Amino acid sequence: MSSLLTSEICVVGAGPAGLKAAISARDMGAHVTLVDSEVNLGGQLVKQTHKFFGSRGQFAGMRGIDIAKLLADEVSRDPSVDVMCESQVVGFYEDGTLAIEKDDSIQFLKPERVICAAGASERMLSFPNNDLPGVYGAGAAQTLMNVYGVKPGNRVLMIGAGNIGLIVSYQLLQAGVEVAAVLEAMPHVGGYDVHARKIQRAGIPILTSHTIKEAHGTRSVEDATVWALDSEFHPVIDSERYFEVDTICLAVGLTPLTELLWQAGCRMVYVPELGGYAPLRCENYETTHPGVFVAGDLAGIEEASSAMIEGVVAGLSAARSLGYETDGFEERLRLAKNELEALRQGPTGQKVRQGIRRLMALREVGEGI
Amino acid sequence: MQYILTSAFASNANSGAYGINSAMEGMGLVMDDGRIKHHPILEFKEGRKVRFTFDGKELEGYEGEPIACALHAAGVRVLKESPELKRPRGFFCAIGNCSSCLMTVDGRPNVRVCVERLREGMNVITQKGKGVLLADK
Ligand SMILES: Cc1cc2nc3c(=O)[nH]c(=O)nc-3n(C[C@H](O)[C@H](O)[C@H](O)COP(=O)(O)OP(=O)(O)OC[C@H]3O[C@@H](n4cnc5c(N)ncnc54)[C@H](O)[C@@H]3O)c2cc1C
Ligand code: FES
Repeated sequence: MSSLLTSEICVVGAGPAGLKAAISARDMGAHVTLVDSEVNLGGQLVKQTHKFFGSRGQFAGMRGIDIAKLLADEVSRDPSVDVMCESQVVGFYEDGTLAIEKDDSIQFLKPERVICAAGASERMLSFPNNDLPGVYGAGAAQTLMNVYGVKPGNRVLMIGAGNIGLIVSYQLLQAGVEVAAVLEAMPHVGGYDVHARKIQRAGIPILTSHTIKEAHGTRSVEDATVWALDSEFHPVIDSERYFEVDTICLAVGLTPLTELLWQAGCRMVYVPELGGYAPLRCENYETTHPGVFVAGDLAGIEEASSAMIEGVVAGLSAARSLGYETDGFEERLRLAKNELEALRQGPTGQKVRQGIRRLMALREVGEGI
Repeated sequence: MQYILTSAFASNANSGAYGINSAMEGMGLVMDDGRIKHHPILEFKEGRKVRFTFDGKELEGYEGEPIACALHAAGVRVLKESPELKRPRGFFCAIGNCSSCLMTVDGRPNVRVCVERLREGMNVITQKGKGVLLADK
């Protein structure tokens, strides 16, 4: 067994949340170790070729890939942030020790504070033959084509017309892949209109109140049967249609990647509006395990702008709890919290607001596993 | 060796929340061997070409890309056989989270080929069943 390494703050995950957490903690004077299993820093951003809206004009109009580069450059240049790439945190012990795997060997790190920002994983959908090669998560298809330049297939059926389903469909077209149709179980499109219109203009049907019945194929996907759903989400008899496709992409939602938090013994609660099990946490994003903070999709599924601001809140708070103090601290924290609230206003933020309300209420009554 | 992304397009005005620049619509694309040769936004700087074997056959890929990408580009989608029902399996998450892509690489079973990087001369085999744990090195 190798010796026990130490550090002040370890940030697990270098997506928008983790990068911002590292930068904010560093701004306060703390020394940060930033760990990510990938080669490139940026998390989901490294595959997002479309332009984002940023919070309050911050990063507005920039592509995800460019935001990633900007933040990654900032931490890579900084001597008070140690970046460990291609290093996966595989264990989080209750005493706060992290087990980190790199090049087939395990290192143990016991930081004074941990900020978990591991992001989310894609949901599976149950239907016959959903295990056939060719049934891929939409994010997986995106990684293949936008990071490595490999086509995920020749003709794709997309399941889910939320923003991810719509954006990935459009990106498939840009990569020269045909999209047969986009299915959506709800009676209306979940994603933004601008994306839906782009897909429709390209001649791709978006079938609302439809879902996949079955995939077919012997060694991999060869075609798929879809059917219509009634207002109670029951299949409509004799509504089957067939699509000849070699790939089926699932864009049916994300769920927080919380294994490490379970291991550490953080109290978890089931909040459907936040994507599933989420950690109980306070306003400063500290979990029920003192010294363990959270930020981004792992704290509840949202978007990149809120992930970044949660990162700021967690980063500032973690550094503050170590005794670091800077002049503008209170003001920065307050601004970040206001900004979060502003982002969650309006109809698009309703689900998240409801989820957070539920989370906080459960915390009040001491719920959680 | 890693793939570096560069945006070849200068940024235009934002076309809305989660916006995609419509200026790129209708750009021509050329494909070859399952690889994207031209893309309206991305440039793929490919690494060194290397040879490796897949179930005894010689294939080519780029050094440093995940093994699963090299296989997929070469038309290989079945990566393992499930232990109980012996069903073909491919990758699912492509980021090392789901264990759907386990193969035997250079004699080592249960390698997640969606994140394991390709090197010259690797011997990649479709994994049947659970594989055997290797004794501590
Ligand atoms: C197709 C698509 C389009 C989107 N478009 C937009 C948009 O236009 N605007 C917007 O605001 N949001 C958008 N989002 C959402 C946004 O990308 C996410 O909400 C955001 O990336 C979440 O950030 P994060 O830092 O929490 O997680 P991630 O970006 O997922 O980063 C998590 C990081 O943690 C690392 N990691 C995980 N586990 C470990 C471990 N055990 N050890 C080490 N490292 C680990 C991962 O490698 C990863 O780098 C989109 C998402 C998708 C999929
Ligand atoms: S595809 Fe999920 S671990 Fe490789």
